[in-house]
Amino acid sequence: MSTLILLSLALMSLALCLAFVRLFRGPSLPDRVVALELFSSILVGIIGLVAIATDVPSLVDVAIVMALMAFMAAIGFARFLERGGPRDD
Amino acid sequence: MIELLKGGLILAGASFMFVAALGILRLPDLLTRMHATTKAATLGTTLIMLAVALHFAEAAVVARAFAVIIFIMMTAPVAAHVIGRAGYFVGSKLWCGTVKDELRPNYDPLTHELKSGMETVENAQRQPRDTDPD
Repeated sequence: MSTLILLSLALMSLALCLAFVRLFRGPSLPDRVVALELFSSILVGIIGLVAIATDVPSLVDVAIVMALMAFMAAIGFARFLERGGPRDD
Repeated sequence: MIELLKGGLILAGASFMFVAALGILRLPDLLTRMHATTKAATLGTTLIMLAVALHFAEAAVVARAFAVIIFIMMTAPVAAHVIGRAGYFVGSKLWCGTVKDELRPNYDPLTHELKSGMETVENAQRQPRDTDPD
Protein backbone atom coordinates (compact mmCIF):
# COMPACT_ATOMS: atom_id res chain seq x y z
CA MET A 1 0.00 0.00 0.00
CA SER A 2 1.60 3.22 -1.10
CA THR A 3 2.19 6.16 1.18
CA LEU A 4 -0.28 8.27 -0.76
CA ILE A 5 -3.19 5.93 -0.10
CA LEU A 6 -2.24 5.71 3.57
CA LEU A 7 -2.13 9.50 3.78
CA SER A 8 -5.52 9.84 2.09
CA LEU A 9 -7.03 7.20 4.37
CA ALA A 10 -5.70 9.09 7.39
CA LEU A 11 -7.17 12.35 6.05
CA MET A 12 -10.56 10.71 5.52
CA SER A 13 -10.52 9.08 8.95
CA LEU A 14 -9.90 12.52 10.42
CA ALA A 15 -12.86 13.76 8.38
CA LEU A 16 -14.98 10.94 9.84
CA CYS A 17 -13.97 12.02 13.34
CA LEU A 18 -14.95 15.65 12.63
CA ALA A 19 -18.31 14.52 11.24
CA PHE A 20 -18.79 12.41 14.36
CA VAL A 21 -18.23 15.45 16.56
CA ARG A 22 -21.08 17.20 14.70
CA LEU A 23 -23.23 14.07 14.98
CA PHE A 24 -22.63 14.06 18.72
CA ARG A 25 -23.03 17.80 19.37
CA GLY A 26 -25.50 18.73 16.60
CA PRO A 27 -28.06 21.02 18.20
CA SER A 28 -31.01 19.67 16.17
CA LEU A 29 -32.03 16.46 14.45
CA PRO A 30 -31.60 17.79 10.87
CA ASP A 31 -27.97 18.64 11.70
CA ARG A 32 -27.42 15.04 12.74
CA VAL A 33 -29.03 13.76 9.54
CA VAL A 34 -26.65 15.93 7.51
CA ALA A 35 -23.72 14.55 9.50
CA LEU A 36 -24.92 10.99 8.78
CA GLU A 37 -25.08 11.78 5.08
CA LEU A 38 -21.53 13.09 5.15
CA PHE A 39 -20.56 9.88 6.97
CA SER A 40 -21.83 7.73 4.14
CA SER A 41 -20.20 9.89 1.46
CA ILE A 42 -16.84 9.58 3.21
CA LEU A 43 -17.41 5.84 3.61
CA VAL A 44 -18.01 5.47 -0.14
CA GLY A 45 -14.65 7.19 -0.68
CA ILE A 46 -12.91 4.97 1.88
CA ILE A 47 -14.34 1.84 0.27
CA GLY A 48 -13.07 3.05 -3.13
CA LEU A 49 -9.61 3.61 -1.69
CA VAL A 50 -9.57 0.17 -0.06
CA ALA A 51 -10.62 -1.32 -3.41
CA ILE A 52 -7.61 0.36 -5.02
CA ALA A 53 -5.24 -0.66 -2.22
CA THR A 54 -6.27 -4.32 -2.14
CA ASP A 55 -7.00 -4.74 -5.89
CA VAL A 56 -10.45 -6.18 -5.21
CA PRO A 57 -12.87 -4.74 -7.80
CA SER A 58 -15.98 -6.25 -6.14
CA LEU A 59 -15.67 -3.64 -3.39
CA VAL A 60 -17.09 -1.09 -5.83
CA ASP A 61 -20.42 -2.93 -5.51
CA VAL A 62 -20.28 -2.28 -1.77
CA ALA A 63 -19.80 1.42 -2.53
CA ILE A 64 -22.92 1.39 -4.74
CA VAL A 65 -25.00 -0.18 -1.96
CA MET A 66 -23.60 2.31 0.56
CA ALA A 67 -24.56 5.30 -1.58
CA LEU A 68 -28.05 3.88 -2.16
CA MET A 69 -28.67 3.23 1.54
CA ALA A 70 -27.58 6.76 2.45
CA PHE A 71 -30.08 8.27 0.03
CA MET A 72 -32.91 6.11 1.36
CA ALA A 73 -31.99 7.01 4.95
CA ALA A 74 -31.98 10.73 4.16
CA ILE A 75 -35.39 10.57 2.50
CA GLY A 76 -36.79 8.51 5.36
CA PHE A 77 -35.49 10.88 8.02
CA ALA A 78 -36.86 13.87 6.13
CA ARG A 79 -40.34 12.31 5.91
CA PHE A 80 -40.19 11.49 9.60
CA LEU A 81 -39.16 15.07 10.45
CA GLU A 82 -41.79 16.72 8.28
CA ARG A 83 -44.62 14.73 9.80
CA GLY A 84 -43.61 15.82 13.29
CA GLY A 85 -44.18 19.57 12.97
CA PRO A 86 -42.13 22.24 14.76
CA ARG A 87 -39.81 20.83 17.38
CA ASP A 88 -37.15 22.13 19.69
CA ASP A 89 -34.27 19.77 20.39
CA MET B 1 1.53 9.02 -16.11
CA ILE B 2 -1.60 7.15 -15.07
CA GLU B 3 -0.09 6.58 -11.61
CA LEU B 4 0.51 10.30 -11.26
CA LEU B 5 -3.03 11.17 -12.37
CA LYS B 6 -4.47 8.55 -10.03
CA GLY B 7 -2.46 9.87 -7.10
CA GLY B 8 -3.60 13.40 -7.81
CA LEU B 9 -7.24 12.34 -8.02
CA ILE B 10 -7.05 10.39 -4.76
CA LEU B 11 -5.36 13.20 -2.88
CA ALA B 12 -7.77 15.82 -4.23
CA GLY B 13 -10.78 13.66 -3.36
CA ALA B 14 -9.57 13.05 0.18
CA SER B 15 -8.85 16.75 0.69
CA PHE B 16 -12.31 17.72 -0.54
CA MET B 17 -13.87 15.28 1.92
CA PHE B 18 -11.74 16.70 4.71
CA VAL B 19 -12.87 20.21 3.77
CA ALA B 20 -16.48 19.02 3.87
CA ALA B 21 -15.99 17.62 7.37
CA LEU B 22 -14.29 20.84 8.46
CA GLY B 23 -17.25 22.76 7.07
CA ILE B 24 -19.84 20.69 8.90
CA LEU B 25 -17.95 21.25 12.14
CA ARG B 26 -17.22 24.96 11.80
CA LEU B 27 -20.18 26.53 9.98
CA PRO B 28 -22.92 28.14 12.06
CA ASP B 29 -26.32 26.77 10.97
CA LEU B 30 -28.07 23.93 9.15
CA LEU B 31 -28.20 25.46 5.67
CA THR B 32 -24.56 26.57 5.62
CA ARG B 33 -23.51 23.14 6.88
CA MET B 34 -25.48 21.49 4.10
CA HIS B 35 -23.87 23.83 1.61
CA ALA B 36 -20.46 22.59 2.74
CA THR B 37 -21.17 18.87 2.88
CA THR B 38 -23.33 18.32 -0.19
CA LYS B 39 -21.03 19.88 -2.76
CA ALA B 40 -17.62 19.07 -1.33
CA ALA B 41 -18.43 15.47 -0.41
CA THR B 42 -20.02 14.83 -3.81
CA LEU B 43 -16.93 16.15 -5.58
CA GLY B 44 -14.65 14.13 -3.30
CA THR B 45 -16.51 10.88 -3.96
CA THR B 46 -16.54 11.61 -7.70
CA LEU B 47 -12.78 12.16 -7.82
CA ILE B 48 -12.04 8.97 -5.86
CA MET B 49 -14.37 6.91 -8.06
CA LEU B 50 -12.59 8.32 -11.13
CA ALA B 51 -9.34 7.11 -9.56
CA VAL B 52 -10.92 3.65 -9.06
CA ALA B 53 -11.94 3.59 -12.74
CA LEU B 54 -8.40 4.56 -13.79
CA HIS B 55 -6.82 1.95 -11.50
CA PHE B 56 -8.78 -1.08 -12.67
CA ALA B 57 -9.36 -0.01 -16.30
CA GLU B 58 -11.76 -2.89 -17.04
CA ALA B 59 -15.12 -2.28 -18.67
CA ALA B 60 -17.14 -3.80 -15.82
CA VAL B 61 -15.42 -1.85 -13.04
CA VAL B 62 -15.38 1.42 -14.98
CA ALA B 63 -19.10 1.06 -15.63
CA ARG B 64 -19.75 0.49 -11.92
CA ALA B 65 -17.57 3.43 -10.91
CA PHE B 66 -19.44 5.70 -13.31
CA ALA B 67 -22.72 4.30 -11.99
CA VAL B 68 -21.67 5.39 -8.49
CA ILE B 69 -20.72 8.85 -9.77
CA ILE B 70 -23.97 9.39 -11.66
CA PHE B 71 -26.03 8.03 -8.80
CA ILE B 72 -24.39 10.32 -6.23
CA MET B 73 -24.63 13.35 -8.51
CA MET B 74 -28.35 12.67 -8.97
CA THR B 75 -29.26 11.89 -5.37
CA ALA B 76 -27.15 14.41 -3.43
CA PRO B 77 -29.14 17.50 -4.52
CA VAL B 78 -32.45 15.70 -3.94
CA ALA B 79 -31.45 14.59 -0.46
CA ALA B 80 -30.13 18.07 0.38
CA HIS B 81 -33.35 19.69 -0.83
CA VAL B 82 -35.50 17.31 1.19
CA ILE B 83 -33.48 17.70 4.38
CA GLY B 84 -33.28 21.47 4.02
CA ARG B 85 -37.04 21.66 3.53
CA ALA B 86 -37.67 19.45 6.56
CA GLY B 87 -35.20 21.50 8.58
CA TYR B 88 -37.01 24.72 7.71
CA PHE B 89 -40.36 23.17 8.57
CA VAL B 90 -39.29 21.95 12.00
CA GLY B 91 -37.99 25.43 12.75
CA SER B 92 -34.20 25.06 12.84
CA LYS B 93 -32.71 28.44 13.60
CA LEU B 94 -30.92 30.43 10.92
CA TRP B 95 -27.55 32.05 11.54
CA CYS B 96 -27.77 35.50 13.17
CA GLY B 97 -25.88 36.97 10.21
CA THR B 98 -28.47 35.79 7.68
CA VAL B 99 -29.26 38.71 5.37
CA LYS B 100 -32.44 37.54 3.69
CA ASP B 101 -35.12 34.90 4.34
CA GLU B 102 -37.65 35.26 1.56
CA LEU B 103 -39.81 32.40 2.85
CA ARG B 104 -40.46 34.02 6.23
CA PRO B 105 -43.16 36.58 5.27
CA ASN B 106 -44.98 34.24 2.86
CA TYR B 107 -44.95 30.94 4.69
CA ASP B 108 -47.24 29.92 7.52
CA PRO B 109 -45.45 27.27 9.62
CA LEU B 110 -48.66 26.05 11.27
CA THR B 111 -50.73 25.35 8.16
CA HIS B 112 -47.79 24.81 5.75
CA GLU B 113 -49.41 27.33 3.42
CA LEU B 114 -47.27 29.33 1.05
CA LYS B 115 -48.51 32.62 -0.32
CA SER B 116 -47.23 34.11 -3.53
CA GLY B 117 -48.23 37.68 -2.73
CA MET B 118 -50.47 37.79 -5.81
CA GLU B 119 -53.71 36.57 -4.24
CA THR B 120 -56.40 38.95 -5.45
CA VAL B 121 -60.10 38.29 -6.02
CA GLU B 122 -59.54 38.88 -9.71
CA ASN B 123 -56.83 36.22 -9.91
CA ALA B 124 -58.92 33.72 -7.96
CA GLN B 125 -61.95 34.06 -10.26
CA ARG B 126 -59.97 34.04 -13.46
CA GLN B 127 -60.77 31.15 -15.84
CA PRO B 128 -57.99 29.61 -17.96
CA ARG B 129 -58.18 30.48 -21.65
CA ASP B 130 -57.08 28.56 -24.75
CA THR B 131 -54.58 31.26 -25.62
CA ASP B 132 -52.72 30.89 -22.30
CA PRO B 133 -49.23 29.44 -22.45
CA ASP B 134 -48.83 26.20 -20.51
